[in-house]
Amino acid sequence: MKLAFLSAFRSKLPIRDRIGDWIFPPRGPETGPVTLGQRRVYILPTRGGLAYGVTLLLMLVGSINYNLSLGFILTFLLGGMGIVSMLHTWRNLAHVALRSGKSRPVFAGEYARFPVGVRNPGRVSRASLAIQLNGQNATYFDVAADTESTVETAMPAAKRGLMAPGRFRIFTTYPLGFFYAWSNLDLDLSCLVYPKPEPGNVPLPPAQAASGEGGASGTGEDDFAGLRTYHPGDSPRRIAWKAAARSDTFLTKQFSGTAAAQLWLDFRDIPDILGLEAKLSRLARWVIESEAGGLRFGLRLPNLELEPAAGTAHRDRCLQALALFQPARR
Amino acid sequence: MNATAALTPVNLAAILISLALVGAPHTSHLPVWIPVFAGLVLLTRFYLGYRGKPLPNRWLLLAAALVCVAGVAFSYRTLYGRDVGVALLTVMVALKLMEMSAARDTMVVVLLAYFLVITNFFYSQTIPTALYMLLVVWIITATMIGLQHRAAKARPADMLRHSALLILQAVPVMLVLFVLFPRVQGPLWGLPQINVTTKTGLSDTMSPGDVSVLSLSDEVAFRVLFETPPEKPSRLYWRGPVLNEFDGQTWHPGLSLTVNTLEFEALGPRLRYAVTLEPHERRWLFAIDMPAAVPAGAFLTSDYQMRSRKQVRERLRYEMESVPLYRIGQYAKNWDLTSALRLPAKVSPRARALAETWKQQSANSQEILTRALNMFREQPFIYTLAPPPLGDDPVDEFLFTSRSGFCEHYASSFTFLMRAAGIPARVVTGYLGGEINPLDGYLVVRQSEAHAWTEVWLVGEGWVRIDPTAAVSPLRVEAGLAAAVPESERNPLLGGDRFDWIKQARFAWDAVANSWNQWVLGYNPERQSRFLSQMGFELATWQNMVIVLMVSSGVIVMVLASALFLRLVRQRREPVQRLYQKFCNAMARRGAPRRASEGPRDFAARVSLQFPEIRDSVQRLSALYVALRYGGKNGDMELLREFRDAVRSFG
Repeated sequence: MKLAFLSAFRSKLPIRDRIGDWIFPPRGPETGPVTLGQRRVYILPTRGGLAYGVTLLLMLVGSINYNLSLGFILTFLLGGMGIVSMLHTWRNLAHVALRSGKSRPVFAGEYARFPVGVRNPGRVSRASLAIQLNGQNATYFDVAADTESTVETAMPAAKRGLMAPGRFRIFTTYPLGFFYAWSNLDLDLSCLVYPKPEPGNVPLPPAQAASGEGGASGTGEDDFAGLRTYHPGDSPRRIAWKAAARSDTFLTKQFSGTAAAQLWLDFRDIPDILGLEAKLSRLARWVIESEAGGLRFGLRLPNLELEPAAGTAHRDRCLQALALFQPARR
Repeated sequence: MNATAALTPVNLAAILISLALVGAPHTSHLPVWIPVFAGLVLLTRFYLGYRGKPLPNRWLLLAAALVCVAGVAFSYRTLYGRDVGVALLTVMVALKLMEMSAARDTMVVVLLAYFLVITNFFYSQTIPTALYMLLVVWIITATMIGLQHRAAKARPADMLRHSALLILQAVPVMLVLFVLFPRVQGPLWGLPQINVTTKTGLSDTMSPGDVSVLSLSDEVAFRVLFETPPEKPSRLYWRGPVLNEFDGQTWHPGLSLTVNTLEFEALGPRLRYAVTLEPHERRWLFAIDMPAAVPAGAFLTSDYQMRSRKQVRERLRYEMESVPLYRIGQYAKNWDLTSALRLPAKVSPRARALAETWKQQSANSQEILTRALNMFREQPFIYTLAPPPLGDDPVDEFLFTSRSGFCEHYASSFTFLMRAAGIPARVVTGYLGGEINPLDGYLVVRQSEAHAWTEVWLVGEGWVRIDPTAAVSPLRVEAGLAAAVPESERNPLLGGDRFDWIKQARFAWDAVANSWNQWVLGYNPERQSRFLSQMGFELATWQNMVIVLMVSSGVIVMVLASALFLRLVRQRREPVQRLYQKFCNAMARRGAPRRASEGPRDFAARVSLQFPEIRDSVQRLSALYVALRYGGKNGDMELLREFRDAVRSFG
């Protein structure tokens, strides 16, 4: 306990969080909806609230000095209002339930967006709640009684990979701004960040003839070569619909003449001097352009090979591989 | 962060309206240029905000602030004191508006607005002021709420509703704090500045016309609560300033000494009562002739005046005892009597001559007295609120020429005649009568009841009160001023039969104003400890008060918190479901609890088998429930009533 206390105070978090962490140590990522029970909502006065307190103190002293009975009444009424506003601020946050939504992958340099579903199960509407990822601008939102709102918080995605912002905070100062009620949660938010595609004019690597096809002379796209089972990402135009009608599975027509589009995007083709990230950036750019051009392409990474295919699903698979690529340690 | 977000026009307008409302009452006492300046700043700020134009730069604002401070210094000739403080605050809030560009700066302005509310109470603490300020606080708080709406724009109606809710919920805490917060008698520093306004009320001199002017004023002089009400409270003489020196025109107080004990002989029972005196900026206190006790902070003088040690600047409540039937001053000091005989030389020769004749014709003082009163009674003297103005020699002119006057004319000339005839006499001013408010039992004495009479000193009897006005107009003493003056001179506020409803309304308003004065404005340390001991606090020390205060406000906050929390978690249940649950509970008591898997029809079937004797009514109830809940008949009031009756039959 003593150690927890010390470590809580040595960290660089704001004092509010340090106190909170000390009383209720962070419990690690939680899955599923998290309801903010009474014990998870902390509250402290804001700077405005302290200024209000000082104002009230001045008003009290003035009332005593000038024997202002109505001054006493006003001071006490405003004091009571301060206390009541504390309850309202706390209630505005208590008992909301939060769950993480699914983030759409983004490219590095873009904003990663983390949707959070905030459900208000009670009979009172919540106004001006805010969600804040560490160090980011808060996103304000309202949740009407007995409804759920989805709030998206954004954070610049600097690096490729699986971005996990970790703990975030939900807070409110409503209705008067004198108190700040908050709760820190770790909902295991994550967002896949693709490498930033290399900008500028980047020509695709030369296409190679598909190995084992021989001369490949005179063969065109229309030379039917056979059927294979359908893979996600195959173009619908190539599905053998007649064959599919007869069997239970989709079959994709294979053509022998697609050599021109048989493209390998190979990590090793890019000079090492560029560095790992730049190489991945170029690959990302190639993946995007190849898919946009309707080409069949495969991806070769030092530890991974994705067979040539076409379509957006294939593209996304490739980009994911680039995003999560870890070079072998030596 | 949205804190730096620009102000929305609605929020800006709300702030400006709040400030305009809180500043409006100050316009009556600030130098004219300040409200004009502040008003212009408000309008300019709204224009700039509405059009999205930039605010003036800092140096310009600083220069404007310096000019304003100089202006205030010039207007008040000082930069110290309460009024100057209010003026500076007003000007600075106006300038702060010009600097308020982002939502972040608004907190300061709103807090200043709350603070400006309290400055209004320096000048007025009446019920209308209180209501107006409640309105202002409501609007300022709504403004605060609007500023906190960050996600969606707040509608003004919602802001006002929420603000009203906060204020209402704060009222219990306010009440507890008001009653129990240990009061300290101010001032903590310096002397509160006095209001320089002249108060209506008796003065320490009396010239012809002084009292009759007062009699047109409806203002309350003081209120009295009797322990046991006297039979005719309207016939009580309230003793005020005693005037002993006459210069031919005006009566002055003359010299009087402070005495420690008063010698008097009570001839009747004592009256106990409490007086709540309105502030009159003078030192004298009023008591029924003759005061038999002296409240704390007051002393008596040799001519039986009760005086406060401090000027009465605030409403003052004091407990008094008086003896309406008394004998005083049988053994008056010589110097006392000689001063009560002194007259200016060469003034009013005709009155002197008349007194001289009376003296020669009479055997004793009593006879002279009778002759004088008979003169007022028998000769055509008129009692009027509007006597003709008198010249250089008011006594002679009144006695022999105009012969119409108000009580001060009669008291003045009568005292003059007595002195001229060798009887020590002096003028006593004060109030006569008053009105019992049937609603709260308080006797209200107004300025219009101001009166003047004479005290003469008779051998063996001492100082005796003689009211010459009674000789002229017995009605004044018997039935009050309204009955005594001619009908043409009456005004509605003086009362009278024709204005009965006005009188009733006035009684009602006065009772409210009096409770306000007694319980709200007059709730001082002394009143607090008295009230708390009445409520059963044996030891109303501040430590005990703080403990009770903590406990009771804690209880209030807990109750409020749990009420708010319940609203948060409790789901609303339809009445139909609630009634059906009651029926299920009743069945469970009979030994047939509904299983979780059972629909209403299955349940009814099982219950019918188990208890054939209630089969029909269970089936009917079940059919009603299904119709109401699933049959789209939810809004059918007739059906709902039938269903409710069916449920009730199972108790």
